[in-house]
Amino acid sequence: MKYNTNDHIQAKLDRRRSRRASLFKKDLVRIAARQSVIMLKPWVMARNPVMFITEIGAVMTTLVLVLDLLKHRYGLIYTLAVTVVLWATVLFANFAEALAEARGKAQADTLKRTRRKAMARKVINGLEEQVSSDELHEGEIVLVKAGEIIPSDGEVIEGAATVDESAITGESAPVVREAGGDRSGVTGGTRVLSDRISIRITARAGQSFLDRMIALVEGAVRQKTPNELALTVTLAGLTLAFLLVTGALWPIGRFFGVDLPIPTLIALLVCLIPTTIGALLAAIGLAGMDRALSANVLAKSGKAVELAGDIDTLLLDKTGTITLGDRQATEYFPLTGVTRAQLAESAMWASFGDQTPEGKSIIKLGEETLGSSAPLETPGAKVVPFTAHSRLSGLDLPDGRSFRKGAPDAIYAYIQGQAASVTPALQALVDGVGRHGGTPIVVAEGKNVLGVVALSDVLKPGIRDRFERLRAMGLRVVMVTGDNRLTAAAIAGQAGVDDYIAEAKPEDKLEYIRREQREGRLIAMMGDGTNDAPALAQADIGVAMNSGTQAAKEAGNMVDLDSDPTKLIEVIEIGKQLLMTRGALTTFSIANDVAKYFAIIPAMFMLAIPQLAALNVMGLTTPQSAILSALIFNAIIIPLLIPVAIKGVKYRPMGADSILRRNLLIYGLGGVIAPFAGIKLIDMALGLTRLF
Amino acid sequence: MSTLLILLILGAAALLSWPAAKWMTWAMSPPQKGTGFRYSTESVFLRIGGQTAARDQNWKEYTLSLLLFNSFMFIVVFVILSLQQILPLNPDSKGVLEPSLIFHTAASFTSNTNLQHYSGEVSLSYFSQIFGLMWLQFVSAATGIASLAALARGLSGKTNMGNFFSDLMRATFLVLLPMAVLASILLILGGVPMTLLGAATAKTLEGSLQIIARGPVAAFVAIKQLGTNGGGFFSANSAHPFENPSFFTNIIECVCIILIPMAGVWMFGRITGRMRHAVIIFSVMAVLLAGKVALAVYFESAPTAAFAELPVQATGNIEGKELRFGAVAGATWGVLTTATSNGSVNSMHDSFNPLTGLILLAGMWLNITFGGVGVGLINMFLYIIVGVFICGMMVGRTPEYLGRKVETHEMKLALLTLLVHPLFILGGTAVFALTPWGASTVNNPGPHGFTEILYEFSSAAANNGSGFEGLRDNTTPWNVATGIIMLLARFIPIILPLAIAGSLAGRKPAPVTTGTLRTDTFLFGMVILGSVIFIGALLFLPVAVLGPVAEYLAK
Repeated sequence: MKYNTNDHIQAKLDRRRSRRASLFKKDLVRIAARQSVIMLKPWVMARNPVMFITEIGAVMTTLVLVLDLLKHRYGLIYTLAVTVVLWATVLFANFAEALAEARGKAQADTLKRTRRKAMARKVINGLEEQVSSDELHEGEIVLVKAGEIIPSDGEVIEGAATVDESAITGESAPVVREAGGDRSGVTGGTRVLSDRISIRITARAGQSFLDRMIALVEGAVRQKTPNELALTVTLAGLTLAFLLVTGALWPIGRFFGVDLPIPTLIALLVCLIPTTIGALLAAIGLAGMDRALSANVLAKSGKAVELAGDIDTLLLDKTGTITLGDRQATEYFPLTGVTRAQLAESAMWASFGDQTPEGKSIIKLGEETLGSSAPLETPGAKVVPFTAHSRLSGLDLPDGRSFRKGAPDAIYAYIQGQAASVTPALQALVDGVGRHGGTPIVVAEGKNVLGVVALSDVLKPGIRDRFERLRAMGLRVVMVTGDNRLTAAAIAGQAGVDDYIAEAKPEDKLEYIRREQREGRLIAMMGDGTNDAPALAQADIGVAMNSGTQAAKEAGNMVDLDSDPTKLIEVIEIGKQLLMTRGALTTFSIANDVAKYFAIIPAMFMLAIPQLAALNVMGLTTPQSAILSALIFNAIIIPLLIPVAIKGVKYRPMGADSILRRNLLIYGLGGVIAPFAGIKLIDMALGLTRLF
Repeated sequence: MSTLLILLILGAAALLSWPAAKWMTWAMSPPQKGTGFRYSTESVFLRIGGQTAARDQNWKEYTLSLLLFNSFMFIVVFVILSLQQILPLNPDSKGVLEPSLIFHTAASFTSNTNLQHYSGEVSLSYFSQIFGLMWLQFVSAATGIASLAALARGLSGKTNMGNFFSDLMRATFLVLLPMAVLASILLILGGVPMTLLGAATAKTLEGSLQIIARGPVAAFVAIKQLGTNGGGFFSANSAHPFENPSFFTNIIECVCIILIPMAGVWMFGRITGRMRHAVIIFSVMAVLLAGKVALAVYFESAPTAAFAELPVQATGNIEGKELRFGAVAGATWGVLTTATSNGSVNSMHDSFNPLTGLILLAGMWLNITFGGVGVGLINMFLYIIVGVFICGMMVGRTPEYLGRKVETHEMKLALLTLLVHPLFILGGTAVFALTPWGASTVNNPGPHGFTEILYEFSSAAANNGSGFEGLRDNTTPWNVATGIIMLLARFIPIILPLAIAGSLAGRKPAPVTTGTLRTDTFLFGMVILGSVIFIGALLFLPVAVLGPVAEYLAK
């Protein structure tokens, strides 16, 4: 099993990137532009208090403009300019939201297209019948052969096949789906490449898991997440405060004998209220969902993505996440008096009933060791299948011989049940294998223990660094494994995880999650099997693998279409980035106010109190040009920041303090400085028009 | 020399605040032992108060008790002031007070503001001064300390925040009374009169008769300063030689102004068990305060604008200052009294140079550079919540404060509370600037006249009580408007923060990781500072420009 992991990951990232629309793709922009006008409806705008106030301001200046037109023509161009810029501000905000929405829809559509209509081979009482895929019902059984499309979501009940799931995951390498175990889930729209499988349909047409998830993704558009709601309230509060500030200026102006024009007051108001974040808030949330989707994770709600950023503890299965693939049988440790071949043969016998990758690797190693003398599966033998509970498997041959292999304690219990005892020599072998990071599998024939087969793990390349980064962000990583304590400790040490659960049964996971939650921690985990379902449901973030069972998918609050266990880490990063972007743009928005004040306040009162000219630090040409420049900057910054809103602020795995320091410098200090330069530039450009 | 004075005042206050906080924390917590003097006195109190005074209260019950008690006190003082002409202890036969003035005065002292639209020595009897106003100076300050203790308990995770009546009793008798007795003794030693005899009559050198008002001044002044009350016994407040006779008493009074507000921060740290967090809050407040003092002293070191072109003086602006204190002590006091919500004065704020006036206004707008007894830190709590919310997101987590997640409910309450302040100041100023209510009562035209109106509303909304003066403020519109504002601006920012703390206390605490925004770092100090400046100060920039800044630029 050799492939270059980095190339593999790179290829996957490239594929993903190609599926993501570029930021301002033409048709998306067209849809968004149209949508941004439709969204001007007041009852739609009212959802966003900041932009709603802006729209009211725009309507008011429009009325002033109309009155000006009817009455006199003084300052008409200025009023017109203010009106235009105010409407532009509102439209820019709508455009940002519409664009993010259009991108999400486009992604969802891509997924929906995979749900092709197909003919299905329904099996009733052993007879096949051709029906259309949308006539299938839950519980019905279909047969799918190589080259055919799986008609709907279901579970493989018989056989095994390679399936091309690229339509959903974008992953071209085919995957194996087989009956029993945790890889039995198949998704409608994917194609069987080889062999044939019987599938029990688990969803009605149009109600497949994917359908419902896509509906949720699209529906989430209208639902504000808790943090989004809190921020909206905050922005509304700030807007009210600035409404007060500008509202008070008119009567105060009267005290100084100044009649402040309505458009100027509205211009000041719109500049002061946090329009930048108000305009981009919805887009940021939508883009978070979109980023999750383009990482091939379907979140059941925006809340789940947001919550991912808060995760304190990650529960990761060792296999496939921390170590490469599955444990492989690598070595035999026979007890004295037993030959290597004897052990290999017995191990093979005992493993015929074990469909797990570990079991299969024992067969494989046996075949390599014994060559042509390897035993073959004998019809009539009674198989004792491997289960997560018994943790042993075996075979009873018709001739009375019986073979067992399994975890040491399971075998110990088994032989003790036959009045045999565990010898110190065996214990030494088991401990020895465990100490070296291997998994000891004890093989017994009858009540006689023959020896130990060592399964070894290979750490995924780069996994240590990855955990290092998680720790930097304050996350604890907990490794979950069925291995015994010694083995688990050895691998945990190699991989650098914070804690491990050894000899884990499904209940242990659940118990661990509950314990962590009692201490106030938020837990994320990934799972695929039915026995993971309770833990997935209990965890704050439960990511189910798409290849997993239906129960697991129902229990989690996200589904990973790639069934990639390391995806959890990406999901957390997306969640964190989402919140960071909100905070950063809010800070930027408020920091901008300083420069805007310096532009507008002197300009407003220049006539009544000429000495205020000293505050015109930017040297703006005329009062009207100063006010317009600030207002134009305020509008133009919205489309300029759309890329930040949609892509998210740059994310680095660092401790909270370093991240905050960095973001405060860029968006806080930058937010104070940038508008000084921007307003000055716009003022110079306006000066060239000689209109103001 | 001037630097030395400032360092002496701030340094002494900061040093004394540490043991004072230790004492306060001990006093505000229930007695540890089941015996001893404290236990037996408290059990007498509990026997009188019964269950009402003993039972643990959640934030709703606590604020309800607080409101009930303060309403009751308002009514009592209203009645005392209304009937002072027939009540005892009136050697100088003070007469009937005008109804709107009675309302204003009762509101002013209940709300710990002590904005005075009357002259104490002209209008009030000793009975009114002692049993009306001085009593309120104790219990209104005690209400502040109790609120802070309750907030701190809430933030340390207790949904039961203690008992208001017990807290009030402890704050009054265990904290304020001993400190006030101590301060009074020092003041009497410094020459402040303490007598119940009526005004003295003296024959001047010219042969005319002079009536010299006096009274139980030392007791009144001590609690006036310690409880950030600021209401003087005399109209001239601490500029009056009987309230503040010497350089020595001036220093004592300056220290008293800032002592309990400073100690409040440490008490908060002790109750919540987060001393390092308290150090950060204290530092931010101290930096702002020191900056303001330095600026004010600098601005006052220039002569008043009227003398700018004249070759008259090399000293600072001594217009409106007491010559026994000088420009520096006047400016320092001015900053301290507006930084805390004290409001006592030792010089004429109207006569400060314009930018010094701005510093004083800024003190009341922010109202957090140690602020009023107890409530200063509660105001700061609001800025912290908003700062934590915005910056907390920037670290990529749902914002949390002291281990508890800050969500919509808390933000709603915090923003609502923060809105109260600009609403009253800007709204009030706007209405009075537009109408003859205010416009016809100012002494000066243009920016200075505007500042007079602005200052009065700032003082009322910040529960400060200092007057810019130069404003004919004893009118029915002024009395009613500022009276209402003082009461609302006092109690809304106590009730809603307690509601926030109550809601946070009900949340499950999240463990601290490296991914958590830490509240005990320099960076967090910067976050608070930014939050104060960008949310507190930005709201008042336009009026600052139109008032003091325009006046400054005009010269």
